[in-house]
Amino acid sequence: MWHEFRAIVRNQVGPDKLAEENSNVTWNMKLNKLGNLLVIGLMVTCAVCGCRKKPVAVTPIPQRPPGQVGDVSPGRPIEPARETVGYETPSGIPISEVDRTGWREDAEMFKSETVYFDFDSSAIKPGERPKIQTVATYMKANPRVAVRVEGHCDERGTIEYNRALGERRALAIREELVRLGIAPDRISTISYGEERPVDPGHNEEAWRKNRRGEFVILTPP
Amino acid sequence: MSVVVTRNVGLILFAISGLALTAQEEVVISKEAWHLNELPIPIAVVGFSGEVERVLKFDLEVVGCKLVSPSEAQYLVSGSNSERVEGRLTDQISKTVLLAKAYTGGTLRAQAHAFADDIVALLPNRGRGIARTRIAFRVAQGQVSEIYVADYDGFNAQPVTQDGTITAAPAWVPGRLELYYTSYKLGGPHIFRHDLSTGTRKVFARYPGLNTSAAVSPDGRRVAMILSKSGSPDLYVCNADGSDLKQLTFTREDESSPCWSPDGRWICFAAKPKERRVLCKVRADGGPVEIIRTGGVPNPTEPDWSPDGRWIAFTSQTRAGFDICVVPAEGGTATVLVAGEDPSWAPNSRTLIFTRRVQGGTVLSLLDVPTRQVKDVARVSGNCSQPSWAR
Repeated sequence: MWHEFRAIVRNQVGPDKLAEENSNVTWNMKLNKLGNLLVIGLMVTCAVCGCRKKPVAVTPIPQRPPGQVGDVSPGRPIEPARETVGYETPSGIPISEVDRTGWREDAEMFKSETVYFDFDSSAIKPGERPKIQTVATYMKANPRVAVRVEGHCDERGTIEYNRALGERRALAIREELVRLGIAPDRISTISYGEERPVDPGHNEEAWRKNRRGEFVILTPP
Repeated sequence: MSVVVTRNVGLILFAISGLALTAQEEVVISKEAWHLNELPIPIAVVGFSGEVERVLKFDLEVVGCKLVSPSEAQYLVSGSNSERVEGRLTDQISKTVLLAKAYTGGTLRAQAHAFADDIVALLPNRGRGIARTRIAFRVAQGQVSEIYVADYDGFNAQPVTQDGTITAAPAWVPGRLELYYTSYKLGGPHIFRHDLSTGTRKVFARYPGLNTSAAVSPDGRRVAMILSKSGSPDLYVCNADGSDLKQLTFTREDESSPCWSPDGRWICFAAKPKERRVLCKVRADGGPVEIIRTGGVPNPTEPDWSPDGRWIAFTSQTRAGFDICVVPAEGGTATVLVAGEDPSWAPNSRTLIFTRRVQGGTVLSLLDVPTRQVKDVARVSGNCSQPSWAR
């Protein structure tokens, strides 16, 4: 059943194709009014059959009369039809795989250093930077420990969008730790998106608490 | 290209007949193509009882029929279900019987779905029936979520995972009983591939950081997904066995929710260049990223490209909440349909399944896009979301 359906899908006609066909119909009907039934009938027949033996000299009729470019709503900017995202930026600091299975996890040590974010943003606010500095200072003093940064979102946003945003937040904190001198391979990230709210409420107070990055200190066995 | 050829012939025949007779101011509308803002078809269902009656009525309402009394109906569905489903479809305007059939084997429920599909195939602009298709979705209870599959109406639901962790974003392999999904079973968000016919599964993507939102190409050979191993969530594509991994976007901001064009040439996804959320597309083998305009609605995410290639359905986020929208696949002015999120097209390119917020949770609902009729699917205990329609 699926295979049959997919065969149909491949045979679809795009909107452009349909528009073209419709304009051809109008064109044919206009000519019809001229009364040149037989000649045009032959032309159409040739077009149908793809007749190449005796090409008929046909002057192509423009899709639109010259000078008429279509209607434009006054006072509104016209956006380009094919807008491209014209920039590429370095994605960030590549994540290296370090297996820390069996390491002790401490999510409480830096609970008070939880970093909070603005709505739909992964930018580190200036007021949050000292918290990351505190964690960096501890990691410098304890060179064997590693940290897992956990990114979270509020519920406003779709599930997978938030999973990506949570990762973006965790990575923003990671970049700040690296900037403060911590080796990238000591920092792993995980996004929980909107799956692990600290406050299950549906109000601004709850959302503010849920847009966060948390630190879990990992100590080798 | 058979359909294209047929349509051309139809148009040309029309043109010739117009030439031979008189010019007719008629608009040729393709038989398959629906348009936005259609009126529902008045239809009556008589003679059936119990489950069969409920199934028939549900299946017909889902594809944009309105149930009315026989005297008001354009089409009459009549028959019985004493031991097996027997029925006929009558066009009450032309007074012709379009279908008369009896069904054997399977359950009465399955027979009713089969009858509904036969009816729908004869109604205008409905394409092939969808009453015997399947869906996959996520069911969340507290902080645990699992993947389920069910009939398209929510019946015969069964769990695919029982991992007791976060599981999300199921995606079918086209034409196969096989799913990709995101699971935290091994710690982080990783992508698993799960063959439902054999029950075997394996880890498909376990790169450092984020691995999520798998989407399988129409030919089943390539998989698009979001990985953050480069240091930012970006769009990647690889072979169905995980080899030949290629990065397609290189932005600092996050990309999410890829889907494929039905010809397999493009991958559409949600992105956020210059602090503005947009839908984008990129060639599946790489190239410049183009913006797909969604004029009139803000913050588009979760795109899904219709199997006939004409539309992209997506979620728009406003201050008030989420809306299901469609936009022509080449971009343009978007149309808001109903409140909801995460739409997935049925194989008929007409019906959407989506997540709807209700008091205290979320349910799955079916939307007939042209008439905007909404029907809830049967409930599974827990909050259902992230539906994916097998196609």
